Amino acid sequence: MEKIFECVDLCKTFQKGRKRIEAVKNASFSIGKGEIISLVGESGSGKSTLANLMLRFLKPTGGEAFLDGKKIEDYRKKEYWKKVQAIFQDPFSSFNDFFSVKKILERAIKISSYPSPDPEERIREAVEAVNIRYEEICDKKPFELSGGQKQRLMIARIYLIKPELLIADEPTSMIDAVLRAGILELLLKLRGTTIMLITHDLALAYYISDRMLIMQNGRIVEEGEPQKILEAPEHPYTKKLIEDVPKLSEEWL
Amino acid sequence: MNLKKRAGALNKKLLIGAIIFFVILIVSFAYPPFSKRDPLEMEGMMFEPPSSLYPLGTDNFGRDVLTELIFGTKTSITIGFIAGSIATLIGTTIGVFAGYCGGNTDNILNTITNIFLVIPPILILIVISVSIQSRSILIMSLILGITSWPWTARAIRAQAQSLRNREHIKMAKLNGESLAEIIAFEVLPYLASYIVMAFILQVSTGILNEAAMSMLGLGPTDTVSLGTMLEWALLFESARIGAWWAFIPPGLAITMITFSLYLANSGMDEIVNPRLRGVV
Repeated sequence: MEKIFECVDLCKTFQKGRKRIEAVKNASFSIGKGEIISLVGESGSGKSTLANLMLRFLKPTGGEAFLDGKKIEDYRKKEYWKKVQAIFQDPFSSFNDFFSVKKILERAIKISSYPSPDPEERIREAVEAVNIRYEEICDKKPFELSGGQKQRLMIARIYLIKPELLIADEPTSMIDAVLRAGILELLLKLRGTTIMLITHDLALAYYISDRMLIMQNGRIVEEGEPQKILEAPEHPYTKKLIEDVPKLSEEWL
Repeated sequence: MNLKKRAGALNKKLLIGAIIFFVILIVSFAYPPFSKRDPLEMEGMMFEPPSSLYPLGTDNFGRDVLTELIFGTKTSITIGFIAGSIATLIGTTIGVFAGYCGGNTDNILNTITNIFLVIPPILILIVISVSIQSRSILIMSLILGITSWPWTARAIRAQAQSLRNREHIKMAKLNGESLAEIIAFEVLPYLASYIVMAFILQVSTGILNEAAMSMLGLGPTDTVSLGTMLEWALLFESARIGAWWAFIPPGLAITMITFSLYLANSGMDEIVNPRLRGVV
């Protein structure tokens, strides 16, 4: 499979006074085009730091990362963010409350690599694609929307930008279980876009992904297909994670 | 519903503070253009008690205290406003960049802020004032403004820091927005209420500092202010003579202005910060 993203020995160390915190230690993995890969680990295992490195919000302290075979530092940031986008976990702080939904999406369209003669029409299409009526929300401010609506709006933004790689950092962890299925379906509709799903939910990762990475204390300890990881985990940490899931079946939805 | 509750909390402190302040503001700014009296003109005898001709008596030079009081209030508020604006502008700029950018920018700006914080402003004020020949209202305001910004920078920096890792800012970055756009649209709107509150406090700090400077004899030279009125009352020992009308009116005016501003500020604080209202 053609690789879209690869990182080699990626490290991130934070220096706080005399304390050294190794948030990411020698992470090496690759993501194939069109793949859905999930990164599973407990809170504090370094998942979000890794995501921030991949999004270039942080500079790595060691190692290298490549997008389409080119070092990520060699892209201009704007160019990079055309190709790599993200969805965040907290729907309540992810939009600027001073702008209307329409304005927020208009600002997002600027980075999109597909110029369009009629931006409003494209915004409408993207919003309708996530099952929200455009007229209903276009003039509303984010604080007037529900958590589920905001999360769907975040996905509409991704439809608008059409990145090559999407990093979804716990996209469902802060919304009701009832709304989760809907959000996941919308994410899966993005097939074609490569997705890296970051989650602490092993069951979710199993259900949705083609391949899984298990992360513990900043290190990627196991990698493989979900079936294999669940049935024959090699690393003791993975075994523990699996034991911790109360009941694991496809009925979790 | 929530908004109504907020509006309900709004009225008391903020309203009373704002009313007192605006009454003082309107009187002191609307009266001077129509006044037939010159506040600097020596009309009567030294320390004449209140009479129908001089409602608040005369000062040590035989000048009408009421006229002086109104003109002085105007001067003091003007100085407070200009000084407050300058301090808020510098403080906000430094605070926002230090808090939002973090890292080395923060280290440098924070060091500068700390240096200014540990030097007592009154010392800088004295040094600057002494070295300048004539002190107009504008120069006074400038001196007061550039010495009182550090704590605004501190407060704004702390707020900006808490915004830094919010997701809408990451989102704006992912939209490819520039630093200027992010600060203008994603950071400043969220800080607006703090900036207004800091500004109100800076205005009253400016007025108090003007009075302090003037009482040391370093006030504006070509005009009358509440501070210079107190200075002369002090120099001519009005308290020992029993000429209470020379120092109580300006003292009361300063107290009322700063009290109303503090009241308005604490009212705003309660609106912005529900915990202070005891709601949460």
